[in-house]
Order: sequence, then structure tokens, then C-alpha cells
Amino acid sequence: MDYASAMTQTPTIPRDAEPFSPRLGRVGAVDAVALEARAADLAKRSIKRESKLQALELIVRMTDLTTLEGADTPGKVAALCAKAMRPDPVDLSVPAVAAVCVYPTLIEPAKARLGSSGVRIASVATGFPSGQYPLPLRVADARAAAELGADEIDMVIDRGAFLSGRYGEVYDQIVQVRDAIGGAHLKVILETGELGTYDNVRRASLLAMAAGADFIKTSTGKISPAATLPVALCMLEAIRDVHLETGRMVGMKPAGGIRTSKQAIQHLCVVNETVGPGWLTPDLFRFGASSLLNDVLMQIRTQKTGVYESPDHFTID
Amino acid sequence: MSRLPVRKTYKLFIGGAFPRSESGRTYTVDGTNVARASRKDARDAVRAARGAFGTWSGMTAYNRGQVLYRLAEMMEARSADLAGVCSGRDEVDRSIDRVVWYAGWADKLAQVLGGSNPVAGPYFNFTVPEPTGVVAVIAPAEPALEGAVSRLLPALVSGNTVVAVASSEHPLAGIELAEAVATSDMPGGAVNILTGDRDELAPVLAGHMDVNAIDVTGAGEDTAELERLAAGNVKRVVRGQANGQSLWDIEPLLEMKTVWHPVGV
Amino acid sequence: MTDELEQRHAAIDWEYASAPESRAIVQFRDRYGLVIGGEEVEPASGQWFTTASPATEEPLAEVAQGGPEDVARAVSAARSAFEGWSALRPAERSKYLFRIARILQERSRELAVAESLDGGKPIKESRDVDLPLAAAHFFYHAGWADKLEYAFPNRTPRPLGVAAQIIPWNFPLLMLAWKVAPALACGNTVVLKPAETTPLTALMFADVCRQAELPAGVVNIVTGDGETGQALVQHPDIDKLAFTGSTEVGKAIQRELAGRGVPHTLELGGKAANIVFDDAALDQAVEGIVNGIYFNQGHVCCAGSRLLVQESIAETVVGKLKRRLSTLRVGDPLDKNTDVGAINSKAQLDRIRELVASGEEEGAELYQAPCDLPEQGYWFPPTVFTNVAQSYRIAQEEIFGPVLSVMTFRTPAEALEKANNTAYGLSAGVWTEKGSRILWMAERLRAGVVWANTFNRFDPASPFGGYKESGFGREGGRHGLEAYLRFDG
Repeated sequence: MDYASAMTQTPTIPRDAEPFSPRLGRVGAVDAVALEARAADLAKRSIKRESKLQALELIVRMTDLTTLEGADTPGKVAALCAKAMRPDPVDLSVPAVAAVCVYPTLIEPAKARLGSSGVRIASVATGFPSGQYPLPLRVADARAAAELGADEIDMVIDRGAFLSGRYGEVYDQIVQVRDAIGGAHLKVILETGELGTYDNVRRASLLAMAAGADFIKTSTGKISPAATLPVALCMLEAIRDVHLETGRMVGMKPAGGIRTSKQAIQHLCVVNETVGPGWLTPDLFRFGASSLLNDVLMQIRTQKTGVYESPDHFTID
Repeated sequence: MSRLPVRKTYKLFIGGAFPRSESGRTYTVDGTNVARASRKDARDAVRAARGAFGTWSGMTAYNRGQVLYRLAEMMEARSADLAGVCSGRDEVDRSIDRVVWYAGWADKLAQVLGGSNPVAGPYFNFTVPEPTGVVAVIAPAEPALEGAVSRLLPALVSGNTVVAVASSEHPLAGIELAEAVATSDMPGGAVNILTGDRDELAPVLAGHMDVNAIDVTGAGEDTAELERLAAGNVKRVVRGQANGQSLWDIEPLLEMKTVWHPVGV
Repeated sequence: MTDELEQRHAAIDWEYASAPESRAIVQFRDRYGLVIGGEEVEPASGQWFTTASPATEEPLAEVAQGGPEDVARAVSAARSAFEGWSALRPAERSKYLFRIARILQERSRELAVAESLDGGKPIKESRDVDLPLAAAHFFYHAGWADKLEYAFPNRTPRPLGVAAQIIPWNFPLLMLAWKVAPALACGNTVVLKPAETTPLTALMFADVCRQAELPAGVVNIVTGDGETGQALVQHPDIDKLAFTGSTEVGKAIQRELAGRGVPHTLELGGKAANIVFDDAALDQAVEGIVNGIYFNQGHVCCAGSRLLVQESIAETVVGKLKRRLSTLRVGDPLDKNTDVGAINSKAQLDRIRELVASGEEEGAELYQAPCDLPEQGYWFPPTVFTNVAQSYRIAQEEIFGPVLSVMTFRTPAEALEKANNTAYGLSAGVWTEKGSRILWMAERLRAGVVWANTFNRFDPASPFGGYKESGFGREGGRHGLEAYLRFDG
């Protein structure tokens, strides 16, 4: 089916999502080799001294500290929240993270712990991670998460529908979720590792933004590859194109597979040189990660003391 | 009662037609008046060759091979006439066989001389031989027919178009050959043959800015002046076998083109 | 929001701190003599010239001004060495080249820093392109040395003798590798004349040869200016001339060699069309455009200096391009984050300025990304000209600098016609997602290298060289060997 006409047949454009007609004529192709070459080139940026410390501190502020396990408990989430609010108890100048990211059942314990710290609660929803549930259940899931107090909803797109060419359905579903979650921020997970091509990543990015996503997010973290640098570059190029056409600034969240400060800084360089420095804020860029934080904390301390650190000095939460 | 034969007028071969020299000049060889081409005739011939380049080089290699084979057929049919303007029937036979030999190369050149190159990266990279363009050929003085075939065919087989200066001493071989070409399905202008004074015409072609290569095999020992003139547009200057056949006579009139494309999803 | 909370949401003002590659790894000597017969010798003239960093105008070393006598000594040394070198078992010759490849890899950082200091190119290019490719060229050709009889069916290859080689200043060590590696692999000996403004890595290469224990006289290096090169061309005892440089000088060399029977290959100028169709992957095409013309400050003979963009997307592409230009980091060649370095010389800078002025005068619209250029040294900002007519000088002449001329087309046939409408024929670029269109264009572009959906890629296995006035002969691949061989039978 022609996805363009499918998209135009979808119902009402949601609140403050701009019409996507300007982009219908040209989703645009992505050349994989050249995209990867550009990402590899940006990955070679050498970030040293004060610019490195600035970046590391920003990465902490951008972190959605995440636990998404079947074995998650209120106790586990409590520990995570403590870490989120005060990542390095030894160095109180290290800021809190942006949010904790949990399953809906753990929103309440998280809320109790985080209180008025300003650390937000992000909840995955819509039948995370597969999304292979009847639409009413997925929408209800998202609505419930919002009602439980999640500030941000990380929904998954229906990859089955997307890959079978039912783009209109995917669009419609995002719109419905968006309508169901009230004022909560919507992050739309594309699960790029299942989309197969960068062309699809670009198409899904544009589709999600048109449907009203506040953020587009690479992955659930359950599928490999997850947040690779070329995928992030590809999505950021789509974000930039939407910004240039409409003025709207959509956020970006790579999630899954980013474990080291070096990787995270590479992402920041891609952000800086693709969408521009305006995106170097937690309002527009997040890292979905769990083990990344400790590496960043170690690097911050190394930058400050000039001594290489041991993981033994950082808590595993 | 004896019949008075109708004689043939020997003219130039330019753009598929047989014009007289625009200069109106002729010279006499063995009692026959032969057109003596001028600078302007050379210019017209280059123009015709340039015009035919797209057609001739754009044919499939198989098709070009068939046209050249057809040239051999036409030569065979005219073998008696050809024998009368060269050293004889043996030279004609060898010349025809040489044309057949070259005709068979048309659709093999790319396989033997081109190929894919294993570059260190996610790219498919291949090299293909292409014709250089318009080639000026100074045909050897002798053997008049076999020499002309030995130099014309290696240029033509890849798709070059040719402006040839026939042997000044034995120009009729060139014009008889032109008549075979004219009936061989070769596009007009792909082969142009000038008769006249080699020393007058060769420098004009060597200096012509729209000629891509010059074959000086028939231009004598000292070709320094022609080579100097050729530098004006970085012409390829070729000296090959005056009487022979080889893949390596074809190759100097080829350009190797290399194409890169990424391999990705 | 509280102040603290606000701070947590604040965007950072992020400037990359300078990240200079240490130059301590290179110790230039005060003075470098000529390298002849395995010895370093003083020039007969007693004259020396200074080579300086174009980024700072800081003098780096004194280099010998080779004259005709020195050239004669070098050719004679190469002639003496030829007998032994060409008689060496090919497998042994091969191993010398492998050694050189390995030593270049081992000393790559040192040579990369030297290249950037002497030539002004960004360290990330000398580190990631020039040095790895130079080593790869020796490695590739090393393997050919004992397999030449397989390269040309029905022919018996023999070395030519003494190969005279004149190389340009844009990729000093890489051009050396392109010339020296096949020459040696085929059993020739060499007299190399490096460019006047970038002699140092060639002189350091002499030390690489020493470490490899290459027999004396196999590689001789005569530094100097254009007159030194001319003396080499005019020397009666050379068996081969290979030149990379401008079309103007190439023609002069071809004239000079007329009637001498010296085989020669010329790799000359270009004015490549980089053609972008409306269905192209635009962001990658923009990267290709940037790489095509700003790579190595545009000092690239195959640079994509003419952008032909389909009119329906011209505005979008030019917009993306201008935006991208603003992210190019121009400055200190040794800074690892520098994208565009210094213009190689004052003379080259003057030429670029002159042509850019002509472009403005003729009516093209100039765009330069705002960037702070250093006060010392030779610099030119990345430049785009729009509203360029095919007849303007900036669309016809090789600028050899970071200056792009943008023209539009409506149909593939028009793109092709404009692309081929030049005396040059070195390279071309095609950007489209449509496979059949790529092949249609590639078949018809009169250029020796066609990059489809990529640009400025090089590999020792890939033949490189021009059509028309961009020269003749190929370098690299099986085809490149032919330039250094004669054939019995």
C-alpha cells in the first residue's frame, strides 16, 4: 500500500502536532555506507579537558536511569531512585539525572521515593517491549501509566504494522496514545533494530514526529543492535529536517547499548553537529541507560582528580 | 567492338559520403588521379568522427562485432578490386582474416582488460575499458591494405571513431577499403579516410583540439613534431605494429574507467 | 522552577577544547641534503631553500635546491642501482616493499604529523587517509613484484630502467607511494622530485628506505623547484617519466619529451562534476559534496568542484550545504578536530583569491560560512558560489581550493551534457537512489573515475587517472603496473 495515502487517511491531527503534508512528497532515502562513514567521522572528535567535563556533567543530567526487568521490585526501584537523585554521594556537585524509567507497576514506589526532587518518572507502556497486544489494551496501558503519575510515557510503535506497510495504522495508534496520556510527555520508541534499514528508521522517525511525538527514541533495550551512532545520526537528521520545515523541536533519546562515557560523548558530538547546540539540554536529548551512569561518574572524578578510577568506588544499584 | 570501361573516380571518405577535396586538388598515383585532402577536409573528417562517436561507441559490443564482421564480408566480396590496389590476393586474404580476428574482440575486451577491484571498504568497484574518442590514424605506407587494417581495426573495435590518412604512396587501398566500410552497416563518420600528402595532413590532425589520440605508426621515424603538437590537448600518442594483430594494439586507445558504489542496505 | 532545577535543564554552551596532536614525535633536522645513491649529499649549487608551515609561516627546515648536476648524479646513481635491483629475484624485491609498508605503518604518526606541519592538511586526514593509504600502496604493490607475468596475458614484462617521478604538494607522501611503489615492484629504480613546498616527508621516506635496507640508489630524492623538475625531464638518460600536477605543466612535459621515446604518464588537473538527482539520499549527498570539495582544502585534482544539482531540489540541497559548512572547523592542522586546514602556499592562496574575485565579478553569488581564520599563515574559508553560469571562469578553471560552484540542471541528459562540457576528464560524482540511472550516467560520463553515491574514495587496487586533458595512464590496480613495464613480445 502507498504509505503516503495511508497517512493522509488517518484521523484528526492531534494537538500541537503540525500537519505532515510538507514531508509527504519526500520522505527521502538514506545511504547506509555514507551515513555510517559520517557517524564514524564524528565519533573521532577529540573532546578534552573542560569540554569533556562539561559533556560528562550534561550526560548525567540527560540520563533516564532505567530498570526494565521482570524481576524489578519496589526495593530495587528505591535504590535506583536514590542513585538518580544523588548519583555520586561523594561529590554533591554532580547533578541529579533527568528521570528514572520503569515499568508501570513501579511508578508508585518511584514516585514515593523521588518526591519533589525534580527527577521525573518515565514509564514504558503500550505493551512494552513488543507492542503485540490489542490496541485498546495498549492505549489503556499508556493511560494507566499516566494516571499513576508518570511524567513521561515511552511507548513502542507497532513494528508489525510498520513492516507490513500499514503506516497509517502506526500513525493512528500514536495519535490515540497521545490523546490518552493527557499532559504527559510522549516518547515514541521505534525499535530501530527491528526496522532493518536506515530508510525505515527515517520513515518511522518522520511518521512518529508527524503523529505528535515529543521525543523519538531508538530502542527498547531488549533488541540488539540498539542505539548505534549511525541510527542516532539518521534520526537526528530527520529531527533537524522537521525543525527546519516547521520550527518544532522534537527530542531524541538513544537507549540501549550506550555503556561508556566515550560513546555518550560521541552522541553529543553528533547532536551538536547535526541538530545543533540547541539540543544539548535534557529537555531535548536523553540517554536511556543503566550502566552508563557509573562510567560517567568515574570519568568525572578522573577529570577532577587526574587519577584513573576503580569501579569499586562507585555503587552498583 | 570493344567497350570503353567506366572508370572509378577516387574521392575522400568523410561522414559516410565520398566527397572530392574541398580544395579541388588531386594528385596522380600510377596514372590515377586521387583526391588530395586539405586542412579543411581534415577538419570536416574530425567533425564527422566526433558526430559518429556516440552512435558507434554506444552500440552493444556484440553489435559492433557484427558490423566489423560485416566489413570482412564486404571485403571478401570486393577481394578482386582490393587485390588490384595492394600487393595482391594474399594481402587481401590476410587483411580480411585480420578484420575477422578483431571483430571477435569487441565483446571480450571488457572481460580481459576490465574487472572488479577488491578495495578495502564497503564499496563495489569495477573498471571497464572505454574508447578514447576520436583517433587520428596515420596509416603505414606499406603494406597499403594490410597496414591500414592493422591500424584501423584496433582503434575501431572498442568504439573509437577514426580519421585515417591513407598511405600517400598507395592511396587506392584506403579508398577501396572505404567502399567496403560504406556498405558494412558502420555508421557514417565512424571511419573517415583521407588521401593526400601525409606530411601535410598529419600535423593538422596532431594539433586538432578535438582529436583525442593519434596513431603515428605510419608517420615515419621522426615524429617529434607530431608529438609536440599532440601535447596541445594531451593526446594519447600511439605507435604500434604496422602489420600485425594484438590485443595490445587495441589497449593503448582505451580509457580505463573505474566506478565506485557503496555496498549497504 | 527553582534555580537548581532550571540549571538541570539548561543547555550547555559547548566549545570543543583544542586537542592538538603532539608534534614532539617529529624532530626535523635543520637541514636536509639530497638523497643520492644511498647517501645524503649537498647540492652542487650550494643553494638551499626553506620549507615552512603554511599554517604558521614558521620555518621548519632548510632543503637542498637540486640543479641539473644533482639530477645527473641522481640519474646516474639510479642507473647504477638498476642492474642489481632489476636482477634481484622478484620475491626478494617483493619483501623489500612489504618492509617499507610495515615501516610506514610503524612510523605513521610521526609521518602524519610531519605531513600536516609541512603541508597544512588536517591531522585527521594525514592520520586517517594519507598514511594508511601510502602504506597500503606499498603493501599492494609488494605482492605484485613476483606476479607480473600474470598481469598481462601473452606478454613478457620487463622493467623500464630509471623512472623519473615528479609529484605534487597536495598529498606528498601518498603521491610518493603512488609513484615509487609500482616503479620498484616492476623492477625500476627511481629519481623522485618532491614538490617545492612539501619536501619533508619524502626526505623522511629516505630514512624509511634506509631502515628497510633498500639497496643504495634504488630510490633517489632530488628536492628543488620547477627548474629542478625540468632538469629531470630534460635528462637524456631517463627511461620513464611520471608526473602528477597541473595540466599546463603536463603539456609542457609532453612537449619536452616529444620525439625522445620516453614513455610517460601524466595525472593532471580536473574540474569534476558532482551530480545530485532529486531522489538522492540528500544528507549523505551533502556529506559527499563537502567531502568532494573541502577535503584537503580542495587541493585535490579530482575534487568535485562543480556541483550540478537538479533544480527541483536545489534550494534544499544548497540550504543543507550552507548549514553544514557552518559546522566545518577551520584552523590548526594539528588539532584533531580540524576539518579544513591551511592553504598550502602563498602562491596557491593568491590563485584562489584571484579566481574567487573573478567569480564575484562575473556575477556569481558568494557564500562563506562564518569562521575565524588565524592571522598568521595562509587561509581561505570554505566557499560556495551559487548562480554560476557554465561560462564563468570558476566553472571552467581548476581552482584547487575550497571553492564550490553550484549549477542546476533539469534532466539527466542536461546534467550529462554539462558534466562532460569540459576539457578535463578525471572524475565525476553521481547521487541517485536509482540503480539504472547510476549506470546510465556512469557509462556516459567521460571521466576516469566515477563515484556513485560516494566521492573521493581511493584504494591501491583501484585504477586512477584521467580522460582527455586530465592526462593519460592509470595509477593503482593491475592497470597501473603497465606504466612501469616494457614488454618483450
